[in-house]
Amino acid sequence: MTTAVRTVPDSGRQGAAAGRQGTGASRARKTVLHIVLAVAGVAMVFPFVWMLITSFKTLPQLLNDPLSFLPKPFTFQNYIDAWNDAPFAQAYWNSIYIAVLVVIGTLVTAAMAGYGFARIKFRGSRLLFVLFLATQMIPMQVTLIPFYFLMAKLGWVDSHLSLIIPAALANPFAVFLMRQFVLSLPIELEEAALVDGAGRWRIFWSIILPNLRPGLGALAIIVALGTWNNFLLPLVLMNSQENFTVPLLLQSFRGQFGSINYGLVMAASAVATIPMLIAFVIGQRRILNSMAASGLGGR
Amino acid sequence: MSVIQGPLSEALVESEASTAPERTRPGGLRGEPAWRRRDRRWGYIFVGPQLIGMALFVLVPFAASVVLAFAQWDGLNALSWVGFENFATELTDPLFGRSVLNTLLIAIITVPVGLGLAVIIAVALEKLKTKTLYLILFFAPVVTSSVAVAMIWQQLFRKDGVISGFIANTFHVPPPDWLGDPHLALIAVCIVSIWSSLGLNIIIFLAGLQNISPSVVEAARIDGAGSLTMFFRIRLPLLSPIMFFSTVIAFISSLQTFDTVFILTANAGPDNATRTIVYHIFDLGFGKFQFGPASAASVILLIITLIVTGIQFTAQKKFVHYEDGAA
Repeated sequence: MTTAVRTVPDSGRQGAAAGRQGTGASRARKTVLHIVLAVAGVAMVFPFVWMLITSFKTLPQLLNDPLSFLPKPFTFQNYIDAWNDAPFAQAYWNSIYIAVLVVIGTLVTAAMAGYGFARIKFRGSRLLFVLFLATQMIPMQVTLIPFYFLMAKLGWVDSHLSLIIPAALANPFAVFLMRQFVLSLPIELEEAALVDGAGRWRIFWSIILPNLRPGLGALAIIVALGTWNNFLLPLVLMNSQENFTVPLLLQSFRGQFGSINYGLVMAASAVATIPMLIAFVIGQRRILNSMAASGLGGR
Repeated sequence: MSVIQGPLSEALVESEASTAPERTRPGGLRGEPAWRRRDRRWGYIFVGPQLIGMALFVLVPFAASVVLAFAQWDGLNALSWVGFENFATELTDPLFGRSVLNTLLIAIITVPVGLGLAVIIAVALEKLKTKTLYLILFFAPVVTSSVAVAMIWQQLFRKDGVISGFIANTFHVPPPDWLGDPHLALIAVCIVSIWSSLGLNIIIFLAGLQNISPSVVEAARIDGAGSLTMFFRIRLPLLSPIMFFSTVIAFISSLQTFDTVFILTANAGPDNATRTIVYHIFDLGFGKFQFGPASAASVILLIITLIVTGIQFTAQKKFVHYEDGAA
């Protein structure tokens, strides 16, 4: 892929940069850049920092001195209460297994469809592909109400099936992305196998899929993030608290304990947010690269 | 997530289809080889699961949405046909008018400001060798669920909160009531959406900047182009295809604003000041069980989406430069 964000500049660029670095003016300019970016960066994370600080404050401090910066006294009580008042462990488990199943389902079916559209000639394939592209134009919110009743008909309301099956089977963007990635593979890869009489499925499974790994990785990250953060669909479809995903539980938690004790609300937000942020910091390079690649449609 | 939807890919596939040569497989000399005949069936098998999924979970609900827009239905009793009445109701409903206006306002504020900031930061970042830490800082909100984002900002925007306190102390004015004041509430929604999508736009622009061939930049530098000239004459024009797609996607995803207004401004804000189209659909459908009018509103949302996309694709011809032509 040519579109990945290069965190390490290539050698030509490096040479040019080194050539310019000598002058004091450009070094001063770089320092200014760093200062401006650092200020902007701190502003970006300030909400998270404030969330953490607030989550360690006691209710009396929040009420009497809302603008004080540091928590005094420092308390973990909000975390203990948040964890006890709402089934976060259950919600995490729900979010994780739903995301995993949606990712696996999407990768397999989208890679299949991508391969089918990219490499197999069959009647109507062009028309069907255009149809796939056209469905991307329909915002999911437009179909929300009939979708809800369809799920009700299938008996999937308040069941995770409604969050897994449609997401795994109907993702036109994923099909498009996978088709682009298959098109970028050299046709010679499969040609020999095809002439030797290997079946399409065999070619797909043992030649295409392994070579598609970078594309699959990017798609997995995009789909996992999208599924994890999905809110409107679980809000409409899930009723019982034991079926709630993390965002939905967080929202209902605010509803119950609401605006009074916001140290508690911030602790709950931290419980819902921090593991994701840690996962992001660990996998940042892959995540940023997949986002860059997908934002450009994998060109 | 915004990247999932939108006409980006459609435009890309068009350009791709015109440039990529049709690949032909060496077949038999005369007639069809057996594998090619079998192939047809395989084609359907491979696209089958997604095809069925799309038909069942997108096309059928979509058709039903259009049909429901012409009916009166509460979800329980029999459905009755009302023709264009739902559309007439919605188009004259001040609440719906408010939703459309708010939605468009959010889009018109967030898209230029958000993308403008992203371009500036991306250009600044590109000049640095070590940018990973900055990227992490800017991207963190993107991986955070919109619910948590809205809940955190709700506390920041309190009247006795840190932002209002800062403004009051710095400018010696009464602390602004962000979420209680109808005008400020909409701005608060815009600030939150800009903040949460900034990182994604930066990443996409950064990738675009790195794809600009160094020879073009080098040539301009030898010709004596300064930083500003370089930015406005070289980087911005060469970035314009990506700017264009990002604009379309950002605009369409602003049209779908829901999570933020639902949580940040607790059900559409003071006096429906932040009621958006999707909130309106949600409220009519799942709050008031008026599925007919809600579907009519959905169809209007789709029409607005298509119009916006249409305008932007027409504008594309004017503003977008491709590297081959410019270089």
